[in-house]
Amino acid sequence: MTARKADAIVVGAGIVGAACAAALARDGLRVLVIDAGGAALGTTAAGMGHVVVMDDSPEQLALTRYSRSLWRAQDDAVRVASELDWCGTVWVAEDETQLDTLPAKQQLYREHGIDTEVLDETSLIEAEPQLRRGLAGGLLVPSDGVIYQPAATIALLALARTMGAEVLERMPVEEIVPCGVRCGADTLRADVIVNAAGAAAASLTPQLPVIPRKGHLVITERYPGFCRHQVAELGYLASAHVMTSESVACNVQPRSTGQVIVGSSRELVGWDASVNRRVLGKMIARACAFMPGLADLTTVRTWTGFRPATPDKLPLIGRWPEVPGLWIAAGHEGLGITMALGTAALLADLVAGREPAIDAAPYAPDRGVAAGVH
Amino acid sequence: MSAETRADIVVIGAGPAGIAAAVRATEANRRVVVLDEAPNVGGQIWRHRSVGTLGTDARAWIDRLSRTNADVRRGVAVVDVVMGGESGDITVVAERHPGGVAVIRASALVIATGARERFVPFPGWTLPGVTGIGGAQALLKQGATFRGKRVVIAGTGPLILPVAASLTDAGARVMLVADQAPFHAVRDFAISLLAQPETLLQAAMYRLAFLRTPYAMGTWVTAASGSDRLTTVTVANSRTTWSLPCDFLATGYGLVPNVDLARFVGCTTAEGAVVVDERQGTSVPRVFAAGEVTGVGGVALAVAEGEIAGAAAAGVARIDPSLGRRRQALRVVARRMERAFALRPELRSLARDDTIICRCEDVRRAAIASLSDSRQAKLYARAGMGACQGRVCGPALELLFGWQPGTVRSPLEPARLSTLSTAALVGAASSDAVHSAGS
Amino acid sequence: MPPRPPGPAGLVTISADGRSVRVPSGVTVAAALLELGVAAFRRSVSGEPRAPLCGMGTCYECRVTIDGAAHRRACLVTVADGMHVATAAGGEERQP
Repeated sequence: MTARKADAIVVGAGIVGAACAAALARDGLRVLVIDAGGAALGTTAAGMGHVVVMDDSPEQLALTRYSRSLWRAQDDAVRVASELDWCGTVWVAEDETQLDTLPAKQQLYREHGIDTEVLDETSLIEAEPQLRRGLAGGLLVPSDGVIYQPAATIALLALARTMGAEVLERMPVEEIVPCGVRCGADTLRADVIVNAAGAAAASLTPQLPVIPRKGHLVITERYPGFCRHQVAELGYLASAHVMTSESVACNVQPRSTGQVIVGSSRELVGWDASVNRRVLGKMIARACAFMPGLADLTTVRTWTGFRPATPDKLPLIGRWPEVPGLWIAAGHEGLGITMALGTAALLADLVAGREPAIDAAPYAPDRGVAAGVH
Repeated sequence: MSAETRADIVVIGAGPAGIAAAVRATEANRRVVVLDEAPNVGGQIWRHRSVGTLGTDARAWIDRLSRTNADVRRGVAVVDVVMGGESGDITVVAERHPGGVAVIRASALVIATGARERFVPFPGWTLPGVTGIGGAQALLKQGATFRGKRVVIAGTGPLILPVAASLTDAGARVMLVADQAPFHAVRDFAISLLAQPETLLQAAMYRLAFLRTPYAMGTWVTAASGSDRLTTVTVANSRTTWSLPCDFLATGYGLVPNVDLARFVGCTTAEGAVVVDERQGTSVPRVFAAGEVTGVGGVALAVAEGEIAGAAAAGVARIDPSLGRRRQALRVVARRMERAFALRPELRSLARDDTIICRCEDVRRAAIASLSDSRQAKLYARAGMGACQGRVCGPALELLFGWQPGTVRSPLEPARLSTLSTAALVGAASSDAVHSAGS
Repeated sequence: MPPRPPGPAGLVTISADGRSVRVPSGVTVAAALLELGVAAFRRSVSGEPRAPLCGMGTCYECRVTIDGAAHRRACLVTVADGMHVATAAGGEERQP
């Protein structure tokens, strides 16, 4: 399988695993990345690729902000491959109640060094002419962006390889054991094992409170300029926050190709990957309620993906004390792309015994989140 | 703008098979809706602007269809098919080109979606002026004149002769007709046609129509060049290579059954074609398939299969056994043709590193050659992510790398977001809200 | 453009990239554009000129803007009097 013994084995070659591999390799560890399928072909491939700050909680804001700054500082090779586009986000307030929350949100962001602009109805439409009239206003976050995340993942793995990492694809890991992973009859050993298996993380570490949260997306033909920023309704945060069985929220994103991605939906239906027409319809209706012009755009594809969801909406980053050598980097729900670099940096710091740039305690995998409470 | 129609049978595709199916089904007193995305019925081989230009058989069938009470909808593209529901209905959602959605609820489906040309990538194949062989024929029938234009026809298969004849008749200066099949394969196939003398005679008539043009076997195009449009074509045989100036290159390498819709509703396929029983029934109850989609075999076979499928979908218990015999005989010929025109290995190496493989997304060979499957090609390099939904590059990826196409999802063709909403309402009302397709 | 009465010999008037032209009724937009000598119907994502390949609605290379609607396959649309067609050269809309 591999001749050299690794210092660290990362299970999962999605964007989080790839980022962890690059960070650990940069610290001089010999890294082996293993994926049951092909790199980036799981949840990573299905996502929207947004790099955004989000403030469902102070801890979420801290990690998204930190991670977003790392995307800004990425190597040219990764940034170019990722097609990074800092188009910004417009959070849309539907009514006065939502509008009234914006000054506080702006203040919070300002305290974190994030510039924003509160928009009234007129300036909202100027920023995004495809939004319907009659919306109360919004918040523009110019520093957010979009990437093409399969390419970013491959670039991160390539970067890791230049630093000595090895990547094994189509190699399912059946079990994580103390300081090792079992693949078929072989056990590969390393002092550091990282469970970065995303929505499937709990299949390898059963007590992890990670469950799949299904989403739908639709992508259109090329309509350059249809929207200039990512457009998300403020209600998106509520949709992501509450673990009800089903919710939709407007989340529309321009791709660097000029195509428009329309989302978002959330369901807890296990691993059923088929497109649910009814949920898709609700999602489309919600998006069109904000941007009516979407209805006439030609679409080329629909698909689904599974977000790795945790009960408190925060990822699990750090040591898993119950199994010697085991670390977790999973559970990012809809923020895996954004948080990948911040997660990797925190993990590498913790593994090396350095003080991380932000407090990692809120993301401790064993922080007392009772399994099964969702 | 979506009115719902209730029918007994929906026939998807108004080519020879779909027309024959609709005629037989209406004769059995069923309510039939026929859907086709082209402005006229006829599919590819019976394409026409005025019926006077068609052969006797084609005209007869099209006349017959027009005299039935079949509801023929032109200019609609099927976007989704919702299976199931308590009544076991099949609901077809189709988008009308200029606007609006058609929703048809029926108890049976006949899939007659035909076949498309297989294109082999080579340097310069994306230049304006390079069309398919069927493509050139289609454009000619749509009103393009090739009069006085220098044309090279290079590819393989049964389309070459009739298209060479048509273009010559239309006044094109056909400089060369080249089939990659080696001479002995074509000769042996021609000899086998002695058992079907009308077919052999037809082929001879076609050849006579372009007698003054060199007809070269074992010859294939290796490159097309020009700056903004085609000016020169390079061809090769096993001994030598040469170039000739031309205005149009008609090139295509056989036909690929359009199985996406069939796969979407769960039909079993084998070797790229829908598997059917002796009544043209697929693996999905009340779904039938007829014509090229069940295996490329020409118009007579398509008509025979269409007749059987229409009768079977209508629930006719005893179908005329002569149809089955005709089908059997024609299938034998079809298989022989496939062997004769098998693609030679040189065609796999025509595309260079910088040759575009996926035209919709401009993905070149170098970007995908080191990958392992279609899914990687799609997600890492965007091959197959464009408007054609992999229908042009898919067969090329299969030829070049042996990769199989991935899962088929809706929309079955690019469709407006509002059309997906309509499909959603239809789906929500049936138990097939969650679409579960086979692959 | 307001629709005109049918012309002689079954011709209709369409506007192709701003030029007003008479074409036979019953032909497709693709055929009409080819007859007018249009080489590039559209530009590929990297800017290459493209024109009809398959002639049957499968390849999507013949996409043009018809009466303001983008991404319409010219080989599937019959010309109509007063129709507005914009190709890659037209400049009305540049949709890859």
